[in-house]
Order: sequence, then C-alpha cells, then structure tokens
Amino acid sequence: MAGGKTVAEKILSAHSGNDVYAGDICFCEIDRMMAHDANGPMAVQAFRNMGGKKVCDPRKIFFIMDHACPAPYERAANLQKMLRDFAAEQGIAFYEAGEGVCHQLMIERGHAHAGELILGTDSHTCTYGAVGAFATGVGATDMGASMLTGRNWFKVPETIKVVLKGALMPGCSAKDIILTVIGRIGAAGANYKSVEFYGEYLDRCPLADRMTIANMVVEMGGKCGFLCFSGMEPKADPDAVYAAEWEINLEEVVPCVAKPHMVDNYAPVTEVEGTKIDVAFLGSCTNGRIEDLRIAARMLKGRHVAPGVRLIVTPASREVMLLAMREGIAEELMQAGAIFFTQGCGVCVGTHGGVPADGEVALSTANRNFKGRMGNSKAFIYLASPETVAASVLTGVITDPRQLGGVNERESNQIR
Amino acid sequence: MRGKVIKYGDNVSTDAIIAGKYTKTLKVQDLADHAMEDLDPDFHEKVKTRRIIAAGTYFGCGSSREQAPTALKAAGIECILAKEFARIFYRNAINVGLCVAQCDTSRIGEEDEIEFSPGDRCVKNHTTKEEIPVAKMPEIMVDILAAGGVVPYYRSRQE
Repeated sequence: MAGGKTVAEKILSAHSGNDVYAGDICFCEIDRMMAHDANGPMAVQAFRNMGGKKVCDPRKIFFIMDHACPAPYERAANLQKMLRDFAAEQGIAFYEAGEGVCHQLMIERGHAHAGELILGTDSHTCTYGAVGAFATGVGATDMGASMLTGRNWFKVPETIKVVLKGALMPGCSAKDIILTVIGRIGAAGANYKSVEFYGEYLDRCPLADRMTIANMVVEMGGKCGFLCFSGMEPKADPDAVYAAEWEINLEEVVPCVAKPHMVDNYAPVTEVEGTKIDVAFLGSCTNGRIEDLRIAARMLKGRHVAPGVRLIVTPASREVMLLAMREGIAEELMQAGAIFFTQGCGVCVGTHGGVPADGEVALSTANRNFKGRMGNSKAFIYLASPETVAASVLTGVITDPRQLGGVNERESNQIR
Repeated sequence: MRGKVIKYGDNVSTDAIIAGKYTKTLKVQDLADHAMEDLDPDFHEKVKTRRIIAAGTYFGCGSSREQAPTALKAAGIECILAKEFARIFYRNAINVGLCVAQCDTSRIGEEDEIEFSPGDRCVKNHTTKEEIPVAKMPEIMVDILAAGGVVPYYRSRQE
C-alpha cells in the first residue's frame, strides 16, 4: 500500500524507517520518555526485572514528581526516594515535588517538540500533540522496556479528523470545545485512534488552549492527537485516509459540563444551572495554566466565593504560580477565598488535597469524572471550563458564565 | 483455562478497578486487596470460585495505571473478556501476562462456565453450548502473552 499519510503515519514511518500505515505494526526509536511518581516505580522495577543496568540514554528520560506531592504518607515518600536515587544513579533529569504537573513541565521546559515520538507513564501524555508530537500514554512495563532498549512496538492508529469551524462566542473556551467534541464522538469513539484537529481557531488560540484540547484526546479513547495549526510539521498529506471526519461549528459551542460519572455525559450549562456545588477545582494538566487563572481572577476579583463552597486552585507549575504571584492573580484569588494547593495532580487524581465528602458535588476543570476519581466514590464530579467554575463559585450553584461580567475574549498568550 | 464468570457492565474504569489513592505501592497484594473495592464489594468473595471476568464495552477506560491489570491478576483473575477494551488497559494486561480477549459478551451470563486460552479463535461457553468468536490480536501480543508478559518475553529473547 502506498499513498497519502496522516500525521501519525508520518511520524511512525520516520521513527521506524519504514513506510507504515494504519493497522501496521512497527518498531520505533523513542525520542523522549517521561515517568512520574505514580507509575515510575513500577517502571524501574520492570527495567530491573528485565536485567536492566543502564538506561538507553539518560538524556531522553524525565522523571517528574507530581501525583502525590509533597508526599502525603510514607509509602509515597519512599517510592519517590526510589525514583530520586535511580535518577541520580542513571543521570536522568529529575523534577522534584512542586515543580508542576508532568505534562505542563514537558512542554514548558521544552522537552516536547513537533514530529517527536514521546512515551509517558500517564494517559494524558497525549497533551504534547498541542505542539505536534506523537505522544501517548503507556503502562509501567512498557516504560521499563523503553528505558532499557530505547525502542518499543506500535500499532499504527487510524485517524479521525475534527474540523473546528468559525470562532468561539464570549464566555466559551477550549474546554467547552473538547467537552462538546467528546460528547459527540463518545468516550470510546476514538479508542485506538489518532485525532487530528483543524481550523483557523487553532492559529488564533494560545498554546494553553491547544494543550487543553490535546490533553482530553485520551478521554475519547485516543492514542494521540494533533492540533494542526498552520505552522505544525509534519502535515498530513492531502490524500491521507481518515476513519471518520467531524465538523464542529464553534459558534454553536456553548458553556457546557460533563455530568457524573462519564466524560461524554454532555450537557449545556443551562441544563444543569442551579445545581448546588460543594467543592470547585481550578487546575490540572487540562486547565491549570496562567491563562486559566487569569480568567478566574478577572471574574473573582473584589468578590468572594459563596458560603459553603471550597475553591481549590492548583497552578500547573511553579512557573505558573510565580506568574500568578507577579501578576497579582494569586492575591486576588486568595482574597476571594481560594485555597492554593501544591502544583501537581493530587486533587484531580484523588490522592490528596481536596477530597470531596459523601454525596458532595465537585465542579472541576480537570479531565475525568469517573466515580471515585477525586478520592471518594460517593461524590459527584462535573467537568467544566475555568469560566464556568469561576462563575459557579460566586453563586454556589452551577452558573452560566455568560451571565457574569468579565468573561469576554480570552487574552492571548505570549507563547504560541 | 476453564472457569466461571463474574459479570460486569460497560465502562469499568481503572479508577473503579483500583483507586488512585491505593496505587502508591509495589506490593501486588496491597493492590489486590483494594481491587474493585467501590464497584463490587463482593468481588473478593466471588473471585474465590470464579476467575474470569466478562464485561461490556470499554473495559479499563481512563488512567494508564498498570496497577489495574496487576491488581486483578494478583486478586486471582485469570482472564477478562469484554466487548471492547480501552487501548492502554488492553496493552498493560498483556504486558503483565493477564489474558484478555475481545468478543461479544452479551450472551455470557453470571457464573457461566467458560473455556478460553490465548491464541484460541473462539471462547467456549459450556453453559450455553455456544462458541463466541474472538477479535484477532497482533502476533507480538500473542507471543508476549504466551511468555507470561513483557519481562519474561524480553528475557527469553536475550537468552
């Protein structure tokens, strides 16, 4: 077979040295590997069990402590120490607790680039599709094997094309786009597949918003995603073959939520307006960037979180926290009643830092609302944009951000 | 292998299989102790006599945590049949040597007697006397599973 290639087919072809197409199995050289404190220890164990002594190339590997940070109990502390010692012994770059969420750091610190093949021990590794990398989540054993050999095997995914037409309306954001897309395609709709996003919107929006969309590709089952802005390389060939094509009219995208307990349980905010919330979370690898915090600060400045609501804010990295301090955002959010928690994943993944009580409702900017996700299977998680979360913490009930001032166009970011 | 079935529905997430708060350990027994804790409080009782899970669509969706198939395997599960698996869980299960097979589970009932081994083209349901075709697995996965997972597979190829 020969013919046009998708972005995924091009990157896997380049890394395997063969012309490969959807459905083929290929062996590829890996450019970068990322492991965090939740799955890294098992990866090191697998590496050793395979007889590993030296990693393939320490410059390709990054260990990032973010899932249970700072360590809330001794088991977590000891596993982090194991990774710290292993990194020191092997010469692997090690990001300590508090530096930030792994995916934010991989992009922010320049460890992910267009056209690269990147593996991470985290399902949201697909976030690096925001810069054009073929990046996908793997388990610990696959990471152990990759750290040892520098290679792994891949099944070349089919690709779904999603075209974003037009422009977003005020009060709507990238999170509303991806929740809408997942609502249409379904939580398993891109299982095993690559997803290519197109549209002029991607040239106008900041990198932060491309990251929000790429981050949630795995929430429709995707193996990887590409935010195909005009400067991104490699580009798909015009005659590339797609498994399906979708068109989303951005003018019709409205503030929306994913209702408990599935990410494709889509509803416009207007349908769930008035639902009482107990805890709100602004942060995560989906929505913990400075652009997200700026929106919230603009809406909360000079106001206060409604009685009975806990607002937890977790900046995605130390850099984001420093920017928030410099810009006065941290102070504005603190004055408004926010609780700041260490840069990392604890709140989203339910290890620590904001576990809801039985029967409570959480409104979260994160990416998952499975039962038990935030550490309590008897809680109810709604996923939403930073705009919707900010509007809702002011009223104490799920609120349409378009009803409040200050939610017009997102400021553009300096990084593009 | 031959055994009886524990039946589950659609969209069993890795958060349901093993919650994030229990994953910070390298002791597989600790993982097994909390497997399916919120989804099915009777799981540990069931697994004493039943070693095969038959589930609906999108089994193992969510996190890439390998602790999920590891917990199920350590708890005594030998095989998982589902209409569809989430991509990462499917690969992780094979990597840790836990047999998985994609097939139409809609006519498999609770406690049905099932026979299946890696490489078989059909699942045999001895209770209903049916043979259910299984989706083909890439050859490399069949080999990894036959070796008992990636670690023994890799070691055997080094020798």
